[in-house]
Amino acid sequence: MNQQALSITLFVLFVAATIGITFWASKNTKTAADYYAGGRSFSGVQNGLAIGGDYMSAASFLGIAGIIALYGYDGFLYSIGFLVAWLVALLLVAELMRNSGKFTMADVLAFRMSPRPVRTAAGVSTITVSIFYLLAQMVGAGALVGLLFGITGEAAKAGTIAVVGLLMIIYVVFGGMKGTTWVQIVKAVLLMSGAALITLLVLGKYGFNLSSLLGTAAEQSGKGEAFLNPGGRYATEEQGFVGLLDLISLGLALVLGTAGLPHILIRFYTVPTAKEARKSVNWGIGIIGTFYLLTLVLGFGAAALVGSDAIREQNAAGNTAAPQLAQAAGELIFGEVGGTILLAIIAAVAFATILAVVAGLTLASSSSFAHDLYAHVFKRGNVTERQEMVVARIAAFVIGIAAIGLGILAQGLNVAFLVALAFAVAASGNLPAILYSLFWKRFNTSGAVWAIYGGLISAVVLVIFSPVGSGKATSLFPNVDFHWFPLENPGIVSIPLGFLCGYLGTILSKEYNAQKFAEIEVRSLTGAGSEKASIH
Amino acid sequence: MTTRQHDTTIYEQIQASPRFQELRRKFRSWTFPATVAFLAWYLLYVVLSGIARDFMSAKVIGNINVALIFGILQFVSTFLIAWAYSRHAAKELDPIADELRHEVEGKSA
Repeated sequence: MNQQALSITLFVLFVAATIGITFWASKNTKTAADYYAGGRSFSGVQNGLAIGGDYMSAASFLGIAGIIALYGYDGFLYSIGFLVAWLVALLLVAELMRNSGKFTMADVLAFRMSPRPVRTAAGVSTITVSIFYLLAQMVGAGALVGLLFGITGEAAKAGTIAVVGLLMIIYVVFGGMKGTTWVQIVKAVLLMSGAALITLLVLGKYGFNLSSLLGTAAEQSGKGEAFLNPGGRYATEEQGFVGLLDLISLGLALVLGTAGLPHILIRFYTVPTAKEARKSVNWGIGIIGTFYLLTLVLGFGAAALVGSDAIREQNAAGNTAAPQLAQAAGELIFGEVGGTILLAIIAAVAFATILAVVAGLTLASSSSFAHDLYAHVFKRGNVTERQEMVVARIAAFVIGIAAIGLGILAQGLNVAFLVALAFAVAASGNLPAILYSLFWKRFNTSGAVWAIYGGLISAVVLVIFSPVGSGKATSLFPNVDFHWFPLENPGIVSIPLGFLCGYLGTILSKEYNAQKFAEIEVRSLTGAGSEKASIH
Repeated sequence: MTTRQHDTTIYEQIQASPRFQELRRKFRSWTFPATVAFLAWYLLYVVLSGIARDFMSAKVIGNINVALIFGILQFVSTFLIAWAYSRHAAKELDPIADELRHEVEGKSA
């Protein structure tokens, strides 16, 4: 059996297992709490794994390993930002949200505000952030297929995107949060096992001597010692001061974005209590941290064993570094067959990774559409739970189909920046609104609306008019130049601006509700009156 | 302020109680300084990666340089803060939170 056939077989096995789980989950999804929050009955450990499965996207698995393999040390900067970010979620957000919210991010924001404007803003932001992130994953899936399954041509790429999209629709429409969570748990276990296996093989090859692995990586990279030092990718000497600002800007968006990503926030609702939410974030931190330490070995291992040139030849962005390393490591130790098998495994794991993440994003955006926009804004709360769930499923279907269409149309475009943009919007709009809501007595409707729109609009506008938008060969529109904002990452401007908008919007409006603040403050810190787990 | 006269709700009574004030103080006096500290420590790492190239590139053991150790220390500090917070929460916050939750749910039931 060749590698492609084996990859496809493994992938089909994963799909069969997850469809089975989805079918089981659909029979146990009766109420809105089941559909949106998995009945709040997952344990801290299960949700911790699912957090890992939801968060470790193809961008972090393939992308970071690729950046390290091509540019050396600087890829590690990404990993660290992605990990430290979880402390914001643990210390300030996870437990308090679990105690005061219900199904979506907007539940917490709308708690003591005028619900319609706040839910509209939060819904728009949730859907925008999730769709940016979703598109990046879909386009990535299309690009991967040619490399991993040996299929080429535009039709094959479009076909892959359609398959990924249809599977994610099935998981979300039928399985809801229960199905999606289990897909993420299975994926997290597979991804961790795959990454740990290759790491062991690579380290074993270098006698478990990290220094000798690094030395070979530096040699093979063609960059020498500089490969192990910061500055290969960010804030390089040619970029000068602008490069430094861009690096800090990226660092800020990474560390502050996670706790504002809607698909991450809704994970905190899937456990019965705030204590379990804390436990799940702790497990998430352990899993994600371990994973990023493994990616460090994978990245340098790919540079050492495959070589930067061979990686660049396959994929200019380095996205195939990890699969190529799997093949090389397998070959070294078990011969050609071993290489084929390992490549097949990692290719299948990469697809499982994409599927679990896109399902989480589709669920977050369709939940927000149904619960925030449809039920509370359009219908002003006059809907039955049943109607709301029907709308949630239709929304998941429509968003899925739209994501397939946009993903196919965007094939030729460079959309990798969309993940960084999603983090920037989350950090600039959602995080200020959430933190002010939970901690600032005076905060009000106008402040929440200003914070969300201010952060969202400034981040998006700055990126459009940055070198990411136009003026460079790698831009979204490479043939024109209308950029005036020098940085590729908007965070350093848009994050303070989002917080400032929230502040100004608040003090410029007289409204504020002391009674409701007492309620959210007491509820968030004590868990009194919080939503209970459903029992079947 | 709401202009309508109202009896104070159970939440307002709890919020004003010394026990709740203690819970809030114990929560904020731990998490707020810790957040400032880990963000500053992280930004120090990012900024040094951008400007202190010679320092970060200095070798410590074999090919392992300051930048790599500094990066790994960010992992270590993240794990330690998560552990320390969870310990603090279990010891100092959870008992008061449970007590107040029962009080609210007892009165509103």
